[in-house]
Amino acid sequence: MKIKKFLYSQKAAPYVFVIPFILSFLFFWVYPLCSTFIMSFQDIGPATSEWIGIKNYSKLLRDPTFRTAIANSFEYMLGTLILLIPFPMLFAVLMDSRLVKAKGFWKACLYLPALTSVVISGTLFRLMFSEYPTGQMNVITSALGLGTFKWLKMKATGLGALLVTACWRWTGVNMLYFLSGLKSIDTALYESAEIDGANSWQKFRYVTIPLIKPTTIYVLTISVYAGLAMFMESFMLWAGPASPNNIGLTIVGYLYNRGIQKNDLGYGSAIGLVLLVIALIINIIQLVANGTFKKEER
Amino acid sequence: MANSIDKKMGMSAKNRILSVIATAWFAILAIIIIFPVFAGLLASFRPGTELIRKGLSIDLDVRTMTLNNYIYLFSGNADSQKYFMWFKNSLFLTAVSVVGTLVVCYIVAYGLSMYEYPLKNFLFFLVIATMMVPFEILILPLYKEMITLKLIDTTAGVVLPGVCGASTVFFFRQYMIGLPKELLDAGRIDGATEYGICFKIMLPITKPAFAAMSILCAMGAWNNVLWPMLVYRNASKFTLPIGLNTLLTPYGNNYDVLIAGSMFGILPVFIVFLCFQRYFIEGMTAGAVKG
Repeated sequence: MKIKKFLYSQKAAPYVFVIPFILSFLFFWVYPLCSTFIMSFQDIGPATSEWIGIKNYSKLLRDPTFRTAIANSFEYMLGTLILLIPFPMLFAVLMDSRLVKAKGFWKACLYLPALTSVVISGTLFRLMFSEYPTGQMNVITSALGLGTFKWLKMKATGLGALLVTACWRWTGVNMLYFLSGLKSIDTALYESAEIDGANSWQKFRYVTIPLIKPTTIYVLTISVYAGLAMFMESFMLWAGPASPNNIGLTIVGYLYNRGIQKNDLGYGSAIGLVLLVIALIINIIQLVANGTFKKEER
Repeated sequence: MANSIDKKMGMSAKNRILSVIATAWFAILAIIIIFPVFAGLLASFRPGTELIRKGLSIDLDVRTMTLNNYIYLFSGNADSQKYFMWFKNSLFLTAVSVVGTLVVCYIVAYGLSMYEYPLKNFLFFLVIATMMVPFEILILPLYKEMITLKLIDTTAGVVLPGVCGASTVFFFRQYMIGLPKELLDAGRIDGATEYGICFKIMLPITKPAFAAMSILCAMGAWNNVLWPMLVYRNASKFTLPIGLNTLLTPYGNNYDVLIAGSMFGILPVFIVFLCFQRYFIEGMTAGAVKG
């Protein structure tokens, strides 16, 4: 009775409410993180596991396939940053202007790819990047007089195919992020800039860009993470985790190959932790560079 | 009519030309975006073997189109049964994850926004911290954990690790911080317990947040592949994306089902999107402005 009374008190209630989070945090975040950290120092066999110190990591350093995976993930991430931040931002500014008619319809169209599963969009792009002359991309390039390509067999075109798929899926979503950022800008600022004689470019450069910085940082952060951790897109384009000369191999793809397919949980964990460290370092550099940790300047 | 509005807004001839160009630009973008899905839709009316031989491209020739793939898909034969089993599994998984996630995240966000207590900010910091680790890193240890907990091949194994999703908690919390706290005191005076207040008074006024989040969660669950693919071993448990993926073999003997099934699989999400478009965008962009 006393316990019941305590649980119903105003003091205990908030702790009762957050119990699900604490359980989920411990079981599905702290525990797996610790366990993958420990596994990365082990050689894990079917029945027993043996402590091997930093051997997994020193093997990783000398592993050329891992270097390929890291290079691929970085190239893909940089590509998405170049393509999926400035352009969606410009589209959002344009969409936000009075010039565009039927906005709702265009927004809905641009959002369409986000509704499709990566399996479906990956399959469609895999078939469009077919090496036969009748595949859509080869139809386009031959119409332009560039001839046909074996898209998914060469490094440059393979990366291109991944980036095209990424742009198709995320341009609209990122544009909507920027649009919602633009909505929070006070229109009076543009008016006063106009009075000061600012032209469109100056308004964009000195009002829009600084004021949607929080949105830009958000999009940048999720793009860095999504880019570095990309796997399913490549998995679908090459119909599995293997690609010719590993042109489509990403860090998570390699983690999947080693950890799940070859059941080497120790080596796979080491790959995962390297990815985690890279992601955190980039994130911290980016946050410091953007002054998130600085005190508000007034 | 349109002219008078233009005049009111002070649109000059130059602006009108710019307006046509800007609108045309988005029309072009929209065409590019719809293009692959449209190509897929056209292809779904042709034999799957053509996809293997030719790849996918826009082919508007109506004479070569038939409904055969869809007739086959709905015929009730072995392939059709398999497809609708995946479909049913996806619906089931989506329903379970949406209900589970919303209930859990609402309760947690309630605890993180409605009370003042010493650990509150620290707990919220932990919620944010979980976002800093990409889920892909956790798949190996979680997979091992699921084997230990005997949750492999169960829906619980698929749903539980994500049931307290940080972004959903975050969204609910942002929404609830703006609600009037006086309601809590009013409830207490009326003799309601803390839990009664949570479920009977506050839950109904949080409905808009539920609407936005349920749609986002549903879409995420319906389209999720990587984690369900690892947990579901038994082919009878496969969801639609996993099942469709198994059809993507080099021999391509199943491309009829693959292409028609893919197009039909977009349909439910598309219909929901058309009905609740506002909530999609609201739920998705909530984190970007305030975060």
